[in-house]
Amino acid sequence: MCTLPTSFTPYFLIAQRLGIALITLVIVSFAVFFATELLPGDVAQILLGQAATPEAVAGLREAMGLNEPAIYRFLSWLAGLASGDLGISYVNNMPVTQLIGGRLISSLKLAGVTTLFTVPIALSLGIGAAMARGSLFDRVVSVLTISVISVPEFMVATLAVVIFAVWLGWLPALSYGVEVDSWSAMLRGYAMPVITLSFVVSAQMIRMTRAAVIETINTPYVEMALLKGASRSRMVLKHALPNALGPIANAVALSLSYLVGGVIIVETIFNYPGIAKLMVDAVSTRDLPLIQSCAVIFCVSYLSLITFADVIAILSNPRLRHR
Amino acid sequence: MTKRTLSRRLPTPRNLGYSFNWVGRIGLTLILFWAIVALIGPWITPYPVGKVVDWDFFGPMSQKFWLGTDYLGRDVLSRVFMGARYTVGLALAGVTLACTGGVILGMIAAVVGGWFDTILSRLLDAFNGIPSLLFGLVVVAAVGSSIPVLILTLAAIYLPGAYRFARALAVNVNTMDFVTVARARGETTLYLILREIFPNILGPVLADLGLRFVFIVLVLSGLSFLGLGVQPPNADWGALVRENIEGLSLGAPAVIFPSIAIASLTISVNMFIDNLPTRIRDRSE
Repeated sequence: MCTLPTSFTPYFLIAQRLGIALITLVIVSFAVFFATELLPGDVAQILLGQAATPEAVAGLREAMGLNEPAIYRFLSWLAGLASGDLGISYVNNMPVTQLIGGRLISSLKLAGVTTLFTVPIALSLGIGAAMARGSLFDRVVSVLTISVISVPEFMVATLAVVIFAVWLGWLPALSYGVEVDSWSAMLRGYAMPVITLSFVVSAQMIRMTRAAVIETINTPYVEMALLKGASRSRMVLKHALPNALGPIANAVALSLSYLVGGVIIVETIFNYPGIAKLMVDAVSTRDLPLIQSCAVIFCVSYLSLITFADVIAILSNPRLRHR
Repeated sequence: MTKRTLSRRLPTPRNLGYSFNWVGRIGLTLILFWAIVALIGPWITPYPVGKVVDWDFFGPMSQKFWLGTDYLGRDVLSRVFMGARYTVGLALAGVTLACTGGVILGMIAAVVGGWFDTILSRLLDAFNGIPSLLFGLVVVAAVGSSIPVLILTLAAIYLPGAYRFARALAVNVNTMDFVTVARARGETTLYLILREIFPNILGPVLADLGLRFVFIVLVLSGLSFLGLGVQPPNADWGALVRENIEGLSLGAPAVIFPSIAIASLTISVNMFIDNLPTRIRDRSE
């Protein structure tokens, strides 16, 4: 598809990839802005509620700049976004930056803890399943991952609650909101959301890691290693794994992008005060500046993970290195 | 590959290559079960759907109420049966729209090629950069939730994927000799698409449709679970879980069975698609 054989170097490909990501981001922000513009009813009227006299509505419209053409408002919104000014929330008149700040950090904490927890487990399970391909262990792992993937995130959360909170009674069912006064209380507060997210993300990661390792195992040089008399574990660890690192890193980044969708559900279920919960609440109160900012933040993190995965895939392909 | 797979592929009078193994059959049975429930739902519910039939809320499973009662004391079995209509129906409508649109656009792009193909591919790729649940959230926030909006949103989310899949298949078929011959004969683009390309990508496209159906069921349930999908008093399975989430700490059947319903549908579709006869799935390979 790419018709640029002379400039087929990794750096050019990476630059191209980043360019595509940037264009995508502009299109996405455009879409987000105009989707929320479509809202039926006048924002000023909704805000004023009972006090909506025609004069008051007209005054508020003027003050909020709603009389400007949509494209002008889009551009000024974009400019504000780039300079870190996200506008003022409609509902409680606070700067969106202030509302988002702390929430974003607690969401990132959740994602970070999940990543730390998931990556080692998922990688060892995936590589293990690929090494023992066709064994009982492999089949059990496959069945488990497929079942986790084909049920909704909230159901994984439901099951986790039923098992850990109802049957075993180890953890509180609705975790956050309790006073955090000690380490153990904080651990208990984080445990349920992290467990749920880890299940969702690691299922994808295990499958993709397994596929990546199996693909390298099927190459002639690994077969050669086997024929030379290398043991099975040596064959996988010394010969196949170094060459599968690129695809595996790609798989990790791609599966982490599932965090973006998973976090929305998990924060809602467990009442976790993160940015996804903020956005879902903003959707129900129709607080447009807040929705727009949250949506852009989500899209940026999603896009950067996907782009990162692509860049790793390009960099780790030795065939693209010398040209 | 090996001799065994070859002999399995060769048609014999007893085995024309259309038979399923038992895992596929279980999947198919479950799919048919939910399809029938979705069709005849209103006539087989033991109690009226919206009616409070028991004073006890979150009642356990009993002779009278097979799956217990929900947070208002309504019969869960009846509500799950009616929920099948929304979940299966909406997802089916969404996936049909997405795949029809995606496949038609994909075939046109593959046959016409050139700038049309490039621009369309880039545009839809850009669209793929939006997380699906987030897109649903923004759209529902913007225009409100109703059945047509839900169907269109679900279709819009999965159209780029269907397009990409169909285009990749169609590009392969497009380079084959019989298409070149048809071109040389002077057939129109419409003829090429309908008579040469489409029949040859149909099998894989149907398999892909099944997988996309699963994803759509998941996103729809997720939206409903967030309270942005099917609106009360109606409820699909995701909304049923949401309504009864309070019963979670009691381990109430009202929250467990809608979840099981979703899982049984998605897993059975996966089982069915994974075990489709090679005759159908790999037709173009």
